[in-house]
Amino acid sequence: MADPMRIRAKVEGDKTVVRVLMSHEMETGQRKDSAGKIIPAHFIQQVTATHNGKTVLSAQWGPAVSKNPYLQFQFSGAKAGDKLQVTWIDNKGDKRTDEATIN
Amino acid sequence: MKQFNPQRREALKAAGASTIFGLFLNAGLVSVSHAQGAWNQAAFTAKGIADVVKGLGGAAPVPTKDVSWGSTPEIAENGAVVPVAVESKIPKTESISILVEKNPSSLTASFTIPPGTDPMVSTRVKMGETSMVHALIKADGKYYVASREIKVTLGGCGG
Repeated sequence: MADPMRIRAKVEGDKTVVRVLMSHEMETGQRKDSAGKIIPAHFIQQVTATHNGKTVLSAQWGPAVSKNPYLQFQFSGAKAGDKLQVTWIDNKGDKRTDEATIN
Repeated sequence: MKQFNPQRREALKAAGASTIFGLFLNAGLVSVSHAQGAWNQAAFTAKGIADVVKGLGGAAPVPTKDVSWGSTPEIAENGAVVPVAVESKIPKTESISILVEKNPSSLTASFTIPPGTDPMVSTRVKMGETSMVHALIKADGKYYVASREIKVTLGGCGG
């Protein structure tokens, strides 16, 4: 299982600004190891952020998102103390969900 | 969510996954909000903006100036980590996609923006070399594109 995400969600005015740092290799499948063998692709394909059961952002990613991906977005309708969940799924079917409290 | 299964993926691909999925969409079997369940293989393996838009199921995008690039640099020292921020000022923006034209596959990330979420995202992408970077915006069912060149002094795809 991959390491936890770091999620910060902060109310700024009438918006909630969300910053997520995920821990993932994001291997492209284009690189070769020292023996000349291609390192298989391993990357996050789908990301979903939900607040109170409502999806506030969803994304599909390719292997060209940088290693240990960073994501920032903002949405309306949340208040401090609410929970925000972020889930990713990679091309091997690995999955991780983390939750943060909005402050 | 289904486990990724290479054989199944290949079979689907051979059968024309996007067509089948399109049929489900047309038949209303899959609502658009749940359509994210399938990773868009066609769009993510396409090369160049025209094929990516086709893979996403759209027509030729209209050039727009209503996109702000935020803190996106014009020169990136390290192609492995290029910050890209895109904000759409087009009303009813539904999705924002980031394309790096000269990467092996152009489409890097595609974000779906539901109502209540601002049409702005920032992330970090890999770039193999200096390239045009496109922000492809879907708004009210139509596609728009804004482009800018990002110069890379050290490529991000090497060992």
